[in-house]
Amino acid sequence: MLRNRRDAFGWGTIALHWSIALLIIGLIVLGYVMTRPDIDPALQFDLFQWHKSFGFTALALSAIRVIWWLANAHPAPVAGLSAFEKRASTITHWLLVGLTITVPMAGWALASTSTLGIPTFFFNRMVIPHLPMEKSAGAEAFWTNAHAILAYGLAALVLLHAAAALYHHFLRRDTVLLRMLRNERRER
Amino acid sequence: MPLRFPFVFAAAVMLAGFSLQPTASLAKAPSLDDAAGRYDIDGSSQINFSVGQVGGGGISGKFGRFSGTFQLDGQDISRSVVQFALFPETVQTGEPRIENFLRSSAVFDTENHPKITFRSTKITQTGDDTAEIEGILTAKGTTRTEHFEAKLTKWNRSVISFHIQGGIYRTRYDMSVGIPIYSNIVQFDMIVNGQKH
Ligand code: HEM
Ligand code: HEM
Repeated sequence: MLRNRRDAFGWGTIALHWSIALLIIGLIVLGYVMTRPDIDPALQFDLFQWHKSFGFTALALSAIRVIWWLANAHPAPVAGLSAFEKRASTITHWLLVGLTITVPMAGWALASTSTLGIPTFFFNRMVIPHLPMEKSAGAEAFWTNAHAILAYGLAALVLLHAAAALYHHFLRRDTVLLRMLRNERRER
Repeated sequence: MPLRFPFVFAAAVMLAGFSLQPTASLAKAPSLDDAAGRYDIDGSSQINFSVGQVGGGGISGKFGRFSGTFQLDGQDISRSVVQFALFPETVQTGEPRIENFLRSSAVFDTENHPKITFRSTKITQTGDDTAEIEGILTAKGTTRTEHFEAKLTKWNRSVISFHIQGGIYRTRYDMSVGIPIYSNIVQFDMIVNGQKH
């Protein structure tokens, strides 16, 4: 099943969820490592370029996910969740979806306003143009901070989100995690 | 009758030659032969470079400190010698972060290799006021043969100027960072002013 059903995620949702999750976790680790001040400068240059290419991949998949998300009904919550849990997970999912768009957009804005003017050469194949924004040290500093704060905010939210999933799986022993892993119809 | 055509042709060539001769000397095209002597490369020289990037534009800059001499041989231009050294820590691009990156181990590694040197090994006259300079360039611990095109642009009793151009593949000198976003070829466009000894 490609699309979501009333009680299960379709594999479209599942594939998007895990590929975006993998990319984002990798990008946060890469973003942290590449901005350490004592890093070798040539390695840093290369890591920045990889970060931008994978960052745009994450942005593209996240944009597809937003469309997919709007076009698909969300399956009914797993039975046994409290009203608070339903509210909390809905808010978290909205924030996660929003941040997977705003974090790479802030990255794009930072690359575009940078006075270094380094082109984004997507996997050394295609130039992605800068956003039509004025280059200045002030704008670059602003977007660098915004990108970092939003990215680490996303990281914190992912930790919370993953902890909740693991809590449901190992302590509550419900199907919350399993239904994001496979999409057979499960008896309740 | 069959001899007539070659004769007319030769006469036409001679006439053309004569009519061209005075024009050339009127224009006073500077000639390398008249400029013999020993010169010190002057601080007013401009050692400009540029590196293209994908999508157009690129990085351009210059070096602030350098030194050198050249010895021009009036009889035989091929016996002339050029020596040049520049200090890459004086690189200027208008963006301090790019300058620091160029000084770092990723590019010039100025801490371990403070000097880039060039010494000509062969100079070939290619025109009235042009020559090709072949020589050995040493940068970041690597020595390679490179070529530059020189054009005499100005000279008088005490001063001589050349416009010197050439492209250098930076991969040869362990400076390959940023390829293919930034071109492998560093284009040099220099105005070299010599002060006669
Ligand atoms: C979802 C996608 C992305 C995530 C999760 C992410 C995450 C991060 C993180 C955690 C950092 C380190 C911040 C710090 O410690 O200062 C960072 C830095 C950076 N990111 Fe991203 N990023 C993403 C997408 C992008 C995109 C699309 C671009 C550009 C096109 C980009 C450009 C940069 C740059 C240039 C830096 C270094 C900023 C600096 O100079 O300190 N990022 N990113
Ligand atoms: C960057 C990392 C991640 C992001 C951006 C992310 C985002 C999302 C979003 C937006 C949803 C809602 C899906 C929908 O309603 O269609 C979701 C659901 C889910 N995520 Fe993640 N996720 C990430 C990582 C993880 C990790 C690491 C785990 C597990 C350890 C996980 C487990 C789940 C589960 C179990 C659901 C289904 C919740 C439900 O039944 O409503 N996610 N995630």
